[in-house]
Amino acid sequence: MDKYGQSNGLRLNYSIITDIIDEGAKVLDLGCGDGTLLAKLVKEKLVKGIGVEINQDSVIASLEKGLSIIQGDIDAGLKEFGDREYDWVLLNQTLQTTEKSDYVIDEMLRVGKKVVVSFPNFAYWKIRFHLFFMGKMPKSKVLPFSWYDTPNIHLLTVNDFYDFCKKREIKILKSVFMTKANVKTNFVTRFFSNFFAEEVIFVISK
Amino acid sequence: MEKNIGIVQTEYLEVKEELILQSGKTLPEYTVAYETYGELSEAKDNAILVSHALTGDAHAAGKNAEADAKFGWWNEMIGPDKAFDTNKYFVISSNILGGCSGTTGPSSFKPNSNERYGLDFPVITIEDTIEVQKKLLDYLGVKKVIVAGGSMGGMQALEWSIKYPDIVCACIVIASTSKLSAQSIAFNAVGRNAILSDPNFNNGNYYDSQKQPERGLAIARMVGHITYLCEDAMQNKFARRFQNKDKPDFDFNVDFQVESYLEHQGQVFVDRFDANSYLYITKAVDLYDAAQGVSSLDETFKKTKAKFLVMSFTTDWLFPTAQSKEIVNALIKAQKDVSFCEIESPCGHDAFLLEFETQTKIIKSFLGEHG
Repeated sequence: MDKYGQSNGLRLNYSIITDIIDEGAKVLDLGCGDGTLLAKLVKEKLVKGIGVEINQDSVIASLEKGLSIIQGDIDAGLKEFGDREYDWVLLNQTLQTTEKSDYVIDEMLRVGKKVVVSFPNFAYWKIRFHLFFMGKMPKSKVLPFSWYDTPNIHLLTVNDFYDFCKKREIKILKSVFMTKANVKTNFVTRFFSNFFAEEVIFVISK
Repeated sequence: MEKNIGIVQTEYLEVKEELILQSGKTLPEYTVAYETYGELSEAKDNAILVSHALTGDAHAAGKNAEADAKFGWWNEMIGPDKAFDTNKYFVISSNILGGCSGTTGPSSFKPNSNERYGLDFPVITIEDTIEVQKKLLDYLGVKKVIVAGGSMGGMQALEWSIKYPDIVCACIVIASTSKLSAQSIAFNAVGRNAILSDPNFNNGNYYDSQKQPERGLAIARMVGHITYLCEDAMQNKFARRFQNKDKPDFDFNVDFQVESYLEHQGQVFVDRFDANSYLYITKAVDLYDAAQGVSSLDETFKKTKAKFLVMSFTTDWLFPTAQSKEIVNALIKAQKDVSFCEIESPCGHDAFLLEFETQTKIIKSFLGEHG
């Protein structure tokens, strides 16, 4: 946990995912934004990567980094990608913005041998306190939007995700719990992780 | 600073060599009209071949004379610091085989004869047109090339990547398709029928006559123009407005602005285009299928080595996004390096000749690492 100690939130998330992905793997990054993570993976892990992104400016920013990128809507499915065609499929900080989140996860598990999915944990204690004491939709650095303009339409908690995976017989291979700039490896129980983790990264497979 | 390239001259390469066509027929010799912009590098690896759309010509950028009213057809895209940056790249543009702007076509004279080809000109294919461009690139000494084009030019770019994988390092396909849909073939068929049934067509032998198949060619162009615009663009441009009048005349002359527009487009076209060329080139486009002779499109792409950029426009219904995605999906399946953008535009198929800003940004970022 120390080696991530000094980094800020987003960089931390990128570093953890970069560590998870094996070298030279085939990677599909969904909702890849400006391509920062994918470019890092190409550079540091020599992956063969492709990104999918809906926003045109982000597509252009990814192209500028020399990445292969398909402009498209992941809610429409991953029809262009064959079964188990990628070693890794990434959905970083995007799950809660998808319209049909269950379908998107199904599609990722079809296309990828392993799937990395990360999201902000809505059961994080500060968020609970915010709602409890303020009586308003919680805002934080990770969730900066107002209720009316948020892209985060399917917020979930760590426990929700555990339940989801159990119900669908999805294997959880690894989980990383984080607060703003730290990795928390010392959560004893699921209760603590659901309460204290601000963000979470899961590695899952079918 | 973006600026236009100056005065350019169209040049002509005479190839005194037989060209064997896909149909099995031959052309004993041919001429290629072309222009180049920028300098070919010492390693001869900085070339970009741009291919024009259905009725374009070799004059893609700059002006041929100071007094010219218009720049070349892709002037906004080709020049210093533009999408195809002539400070970095050697840009080549040629007129297509079968055309009527300098490259050999049905309006050309047969070798050693004062008789024009007319309908004796063999039916050509997109594949044949690539061979002619290849001759030009060999003549210019080009070793590596980026191929780019919109609409029909996109088909040629695609075919280049398939036919010459060792030469093509990047391929940019804009508002194009790997094969025409039945609907697009149908529109071309109407255009050809208009020409063929013009009383002045005279089986293609009208060159020395006072009477030209102008009406047929104009109607073909009108049909084309309907397909180049989208419903919204037409509605915004014309709605149901009358042309220079407040009420209809109750006859069959032009009432509506949209009629006048089509009339005008038809008229302008007959002054610059040959009816026989229209027949030959639309036929070549109709016949093209990148997956011809193989089981699937991804099979076709297996041997390509280029990095691909495919772009479509939201309101293009002639070559809609779905057809671009078909190319993209096949390239993904063939495990090729491909990027895809769907550009928001209200301009229909014409967008690739109008939406310069977004195209420039995308192409520049795509070409970045080649620079």
